[in-house]
Amino acid sequence: MNLRSPHLLGIEPLASEEITLILDTAESLAQISQREIKKVPTLRGRTVVNFFVEPSTRTRSSFEIAEKRLSADSLNFSPGASSLVKGETLADTARNLEAMAPDFIVIRHSEPGAPHMLARICRCSVINAGDGAHEHPTQALLDAYTIRQKKGRIAGLRVAIVGDILHSRVVRSNIFLLRKMGAEVVLSGPPTLIPQGIERLGVKVEGRIEAALEGVDVIMMLRVQLERQTRGYFPSLREYFRLYGLTAPRVRLARPDAIIMHPGPINRGVEIDSEVADGPWSVILEQVTNGVAVRMAVLYLLSGGAGGGAEEEIRNPEA
Amino acid sequence: MGLLLRNGRVVDPSQGLDESLDVLIEDGKIARLERRLTAQGVASIDLRGKVLAPGFIDMHAHLREPGEEWKETVASGTAAAAAGGFCSVACMPNTNPVNDERAVTEFILGQARKSGRVRVYPIAAVSKGLSGEELAEMGDLVDGGAIAVSDDGKPVASGRLLRLALEYARIFGIPVIDHCEDPDLSDGGVVNEGYISTLLGLKGWNRTAEDTIVARDIAMAAETAGRIHIAHVSTEGSLELIRRARAGGVRVSCEVTPHHLTLTEEACLTYDTTTKMNPPLRTGADREALLEGLKDGTVDVIATDHAPHHSDEKNVEFSRAPFGVIGLETAVSLALDRLVRPGMISIGRMVELMSVNPARILGVPGGTLKPGAPADITVLDLEREFSVEPARFHSLSRNTPFGGWSLRGGPVATIVAGEIVHSSLD
Repeated sequence: MNLRSPHLLGIEPLASEEITLILDTAESLAQISQREIKKVPTLRGRTVVNFFVEPSTRTRSSFEIAEKRLSADSLNFSPGASSLVKGETLADTARNLEAMAPDFIVIRHSEPGAPHMLARICRCSVINAGDGAHEHPTQALLDAYTIRQKKGRIAGLRVAIVGDILHSRVVRSNIFLLRKMGAEVVLSGPPTLIPQGIERLGVKVEGRIEAALEGVDVIMMLRVQLERQTRGYFPSLREYFRLYGLTAPRVRLARPDAIIMHPGPINRGVEIDSEVADGPWSVILEQVTNGVAVRMAVLYLLSGGAGGGAEEEIRNPEA
Repeated sequence: MGLLLRNGRVVDPSQGLDESLDVLIEDGKIARLERRLTAQGVASIDLRGKVLAPGFIDMHAHLREPGEEWKETVASGTAAAAAGGFCSVACMPNTNPVNDERAVTEFILGQARKSGRVRVYPIAAVSKGLSGEELAEMGDLVDGGAIAVSDDGKPVASGRLLRLALEYARIFGIPVIDHCEDPDLSDGGVVNEGYISTLLGLKGWNRTAEDTIVARDIAMAAETAGRIHIAHVSTEGSLELIRRARAGGVRVSCEVTPHHLTLTEEACLTYDTTTKMNPPLRTGADREALLEGLKDGTVDVIATDHAPHHSDEKNVEFSRAPFGVIGLETAVSLALDRLVRPGMISIGRMVELMSVNPARILGVPGGTLKPGAPADITVLDLEREFSVEPARFHSLSRNTPFGGWSLRGGPVATIVAGEIVHSSLD
C-alpha cells in the first residue's frame, strides 16, 4: 500500500488506512534513531527544502533530523534570509524553488492554504508543516503515534483538548485524525476561543475544563499565546490559569492512567502547572522524540516507499 | 437614422408588456411600439425568438479609473458591460483619487464620452477621501453628474456622518448607498464565519457585522426620511430587517449580487481567491433567503459589484488577496440560467430587477420602452448556450469564480440610444 497523494497537505484528505500506514512505517523507522549510527541511505540523492516562512524551532529541527537520518540533502530557507522580504510573491518563490528541482518542499506559513498553493505550482512533494490556523498534519501524526504507543490503540479512547481552539492548527489536524481513527474528542476553552461550527466535526465542547477532563484517557493542552490576551479574548493570564490551567487536582478527574500531551513550547504556570508538565502523566518529551520517526515515515512514503518496505530499508544501514 | 426591431418578444414590466411587438427607434428614442410596423428607408432586424427588454442597468460596478487602470478602465469596463447586456453602469467612487470632487466626476464622464460603450453614471463619495469624517461637496458633485453617493468598499462607519448624509442628500433627492459592514465586528475576516472558516482556519467575517449596520441604517433612514440603499445584501438577517422596515414604510431599497445568489461559502474550500469577496459568500440558508427575497419583492435590484483585480494581485495567499469578483459579463446569463430557467423568478421580474428598479432608485433615464424613452434595449436569447471563458472577456481582469460554467441564455445584442454597441446576432 502507498499514500494516494504525492503531498501531505493535511489530515482531512487522508483515509484512516493511510494514517495507520504512516504510523506503522514510523514504528519501523523509529529504531534507526536508537542506533549508534543513526542514518540509512533511503533518501540519498534526494533534496528537501525546508521553507519556513514563520518561526519554528521544534518542527524545523525535527524535520531536519528526520531528513538527515534518511540521508537526504536538506536546505533551510527562511524569510529573514529570503526574497519574500523583497516583495516576491509566494507563487514566484515557489517557482524559483521548483526550478532547482527539489524532491520535497516542507512548508511552514502563517497563511492557511499556502501549502495548497505550492502544491498546485510545484511538481515536487509538498509537506505542510503548519499553515496558519488550518492544519499541522505531522503534529497530529506524532500525537497519534504517541497515544498508540502508550495506549495500544486510538479507537474508543476519550481525548480532551484544552485551550485556544480558534487559532490552533494542531487542534484541527488532531480532530480530523482522532475522529477518523474512532476516538471521542471533547474540547474545552474560553467560549471566545471556540470557533463556530466546530461541533460539526464530531466533537463535544465543554465550557468548563472539569467537565471536559472527566474520565478521559488523554489530555492535550494547547499553548496560550500572549497576543490573544491583548486582543481581549480573555481578561488576563492569571484568570486563564484559574479557569483552564492544568493542575494536579484537575488531572485527577481523568482516568488514573491518563497521559498528558502538549505540542510545545509550554508556558509553565499559564496553561500547565510545572508539577503536571514534569509529572508522571506527562509524555511531552516523548512526543518530541516520536516526531522524528513520524516525519521520517512521511518522507519515506511520499518518496515512493511502499508500506512494509521500511523494514527492508532499515536492515541496510549506511553502507 | 432609425432602426426597426421586428418580431421580438417585448418584456417591459413598466408597461405590463410581454408580447411580440415591433419596435421603431428614431433619434435615439423609442418612437413606436406596435404589433406590426413598417418604416421606409430604415434598417430592420428580425428578432424572432429573442426577448427585448428595457436596457439593463448595473447600479454597482467598479471601473477603477482613475488610478487603477491595470485592473479596468472606463473603456474596458463599459466594453464588458456592453458585451454583458448592460446599457448603463453606475461606478463606485473608490478610485484614486477618490471621486469626492466634481473634477473627478467630470473626468470619468469625459472618459465615458471618449471611449465608453454604454452610459456611465458616477456615484460620488459620501465623505471626503472616503475617510468617513466629513461630507464631500454633494451639491457640486451632483451638478457635475453624480447620481448617488456611497463610500462603497467601506461602510459609512460613523452613524453621525450617515445621518448628516441622509439629511443633506434630501436636497438633491439622491440615494445614499451603504456598504454595510461594522469593521470592528468583521475584524479582518476573509470568509463567512462559521463551519467553513473553522474548517479552513481562515478568519471569519461575522454576519452580525452586516446585520447591525443594516439595522442602524434603517433606523437612520426612518429618522431622517432620507433614502438609503443597501448594497450587496448577503445575510438572511439583513434581508429580514429590510423586509420589516419596508412594511413599516421606511424608504429603504436593496440589491443582491449574482454571486451571492448562485454560490455559497463552500466555494471557498479550495482556497481559490476568485471566491474571495466582500461581503463574503454565505451559507446555503442565506442564499435561500436571498432567493426568497427576489420572489417576494424585498430585493429591488440585482447588481454585479463588478470588482476587477489583476491576476497578480489575486494569485497570492487567500488572506492576502484583495476582495472582489467581476460580474458584468456573467450576470445576465447567471440570472437567466439559475433564476429564470428553474422558474424561481419570471423573465418580467428579472427585467424589473435589472432595469426598471435600478432606473427608479438612481433616478436615471431608462427602465422602460415607452415611446419617448431612450432607445436603450437589451436583447436576450433564452436558449443559446454560453460558456464562461474568462480569457475572452472584454474586462481587463479575469477574477471570476464562474470560469468554465456553461449557462443557457444570455445577452445577444445591446442597444444604447439606438446604437448597437454590441451584438452576437447572426
